[in-house]
Amino acid sequence: MAGSTPASPTADGLASATARGAPHSSLGREAWRRFRRHRLALAGGLILGVILLGVVFGPFLWRVPINDIDFSARLAGASWRHPFGTDDLGQDLLARMLYGGRISMAVGFAAMLIAVVVGTLVGAVAGMSRGLVDTALVWLIDLFLSLPQLPLLLLIIYLFRDRLTALVGSEVGVFLMVVVVIGGFRWMQVARLVRAQFLTLREREFVEAARALGASPLRQVLRHILPNAIGPVIVAGTVDIAAAIIAESTLSFLGLGFPPDIPTWGRLLYDAKDYLDIAPHWVLIPGAAIFLTVLSINYVGDGLRDALDPRKVM
Amino acid sequence: MGRYLLRRLLITIPSVIGISVILFTVLALAPGDPFEELATNPAIPPEVRANLRTQFGLDDPVMVRYARWSGAMLKGDWGFSFVSRVDVDELILQRLPTTLGVIGASQLLALVIALVVGVTAGTRPYSIFDQVASTFAFVGFSLPTFFTGILFILVFSIHLDWLPFVYRADLSETGWRWWWASAKQAAMPVAVLALFQGASWTRYVRSAVLDVVRLDYVTTARAKGLAERVVIVKHVLRNALIPVVTLVALQMPIVFGGAIITEQIFRVPGIGSLLISSILANDTPVIMAVTFVFAILVIAFNLIADLLYGWLDPRIAYR
Repeated sequence: MAGSTPASPTADGLASATARGAPHSSLGREAWRRFRRHRLALAGGLILGVILLGVVFGPFLWRVPINDIDFSARLAGASWRHPFGTDDLGQDLLARMLYGGRISMAVGFAAMLIAVVVGTLVGAVAGMSRGLVDTALVWLIDLFLSLPQLPLLLLIIYLFRDRLTALVGSEVGVFLMVVVVIGGFRWMQVARLVRAQFLTLREREFVEAARALGASPLRQVLRHILPNAIGPVIVAGTVDIAAAIIAESTLSFLGLGFPPDIPTWGRLLYDAKDYLDIAPHWVLIPGAAIFLTVLSINYVGDGLRDALDPRKVM
Repeated sequence: MGRYLLRRLLITIPSVIGISVILFTVLALAPGDPFEELATNPAIPPEVRANLRTQFGLDDPVMVRYARWSGAMLKGDWGFSFVSRVDVDELILQRLPTTLGVIGASQLLALVIALVVGVTAGTRPYSIFDQVASTFAFVGFSLPTFFTGILFILVFSIHLDWLPFVYRADLSETGWRWWWASAKQAAMPVAVLALFQGASWTRYVRSAVLDVVRLDYVTTARAKGLAERVVIVKHVLRNALIPVVTLVALQMPIVFGGAIITEQIFRVPGIGSLLISSILANDTPVIMAVTFVFAILVIAFNLIADLLYGWLDPRIAYR
C-alpha cells in the first residue's frame, strides 16, 4: 500500500526534530537532496515556477486588456503586437492566457486545499476511532470513490449555478462553486492515505509513550501522528492540483464552467475549437499551457514522492 | 462461485442506495421549481397549479418524495424528457450501446497497450525501453482527453484528411463498407480514451511486475527450465495483475468522465453527449437519469473487477 510505516530516516527525523525543537533544516535538506536527484522533477518545478510567475506578474507587464476588440486583426497569428496571436474578435491571446492562467491556478490550489483539509480530517477521525465510526467513514470513502464524478459535477453546477450567481455575483459564485465541488470530489484519496498511516502510527512506540505520559488524543494526533503522516498527503495534494486544473478546464471546455467573459484556459479551448482549420494557434496555445502545467505538476509530485516517501516503488 | 457472486451483489445494494440518496439530496436542495414555467403563465389559475402540485406530491416531506422517486426508478418509470418528448429510459437505451461500444473498445485497447508495454518495461527495469515508456506514460496521462481529441482532429482530419471527425449513427453504406466506415469514425474517439487509460495503467502494470518479478517463486520457475514466455505470462503476469485490477476499478469514474468528453468532441451519439445536450437544454429528468446510469455503470464495473479479482487470486475468493 502507499506509504505504510514511515521507517525512513526522513519521517523519523521529522519526529525527533519536532520533539526536541531542533531546527527543521536537516529534514528539509535531506528531502531537497532526494528531490534534486530527480532531474525531471526539478525541470518540472522550474517550468511550473515560470508559469506561476508569469500568470501572477505577467498582467502587470503585458498591459493589453483582455477584451479589447480589434476586427482588423481577427484570428491573426503570432506577431510583435500579439505574441500569441488573436481570437475571432481580435482579442489579444497573450493577455487572455495570462488572465485565464490566474484563474486555472487559483482553482487548482484552492480545490487542492479543500481536498487535503477534508481528506485529512476524515482520514484522521477514521484512523483514530475504532468500530462503527471507522466502518461508516470507510464506507463513505468507498461510496464517494465510486461516484461518477464528472456527471455529478455537471449536475450540481447545472442545478446551483443560477442561485449562487444571484447571491454573490457570477465570477465569485462560479469560482466558489467550481472549487468546492471539485475539492469535494477529490478528498477520498487523501483520506485513505491518512487513515492507513494513522492505523500503523497509532500503535508505534513513540505514540504509545506519549499516551503513557498522559497526552490527550488531540495532542497525540497533532504533535506525534500527523507530522509523520504528512509526507504522502503532500504528494497526493500536489497531484490533486493537476487533477483540479484538468477538472476546471474540462468544465469550461464543455461550456459549463466559467461564463464566456472569463477566459480560463479551458474556456479558450472551447471558444477556439470551431476554428481548428483556420486558426490552429488559438487551440494549441491554451492546450499546451494546460498540458505543460499538468505535466510539470505531475513530475514535481513524482519527485516529492521520492523525496518524502523513499520506500514507495511506484 | 454462486455464493460469492450473490454476496458481492448484496454488498452493492447499500452503494446503490447511497448514490441514489446523494443524487436525490442534490436535486432536493437545488433551487428552482419544476412548475416555475406554469407559475409565470397567466393562463393557468393558481388553484390549478396547487392541484397539480398535490397531484405530483411536490409538497410532501422529503422522505416521502425520496421513497416515491426511488420506487418509480425501480419500476423503470424514469420520467419523460421535456425536450425530445419521449420516455427517458427509451432515450437512454437508444444511446447506451454506442457509449458501451466506444468505452469497451477503448478499454480493451488500453489493456493491450498497458500489458505489453508495462510487462516489457517491468521485466527490463531502467533499460532504454523502460525509460522511454515511462516518459511516454507520464506524458500520456498528463494530456487531458479534450486536448488529445482536438490534436487528433487537427492532425488526422484536417491535415491528413484520413478520418472523419463527426461520428454518424446513420451511415448509408452497407455490408463490409459499413464496418469500414464505422471503424474509421470510431478510431479517433477510441484511440483518445485508450491512450489516456493505457498510459496510466502502464505505470501500474510496470510497478506491479517489478514487485513480482524478483520473488523467489519466479526464480524457481526459471530454474525448472520453463520457457521465459511461460514464466512471464503464467507466473509473473497473473500475480502482478492482482493489484492492477484494484487500481483499474478505482479509475472507472475517470473512464466515464473521459467518455463524456470524447463523445462531446467527436459528437458520438452516446449517453455522454446526451447528458451535455440535456444540461444545455435544461432537461432535468434526462440529466438525473443519465447521471444515475453512469453511477450504476461504475458500480457494475467495480463488481466485474471484484469477480476478476477472485479469479486471479483464489486465496480471497469464494469464501
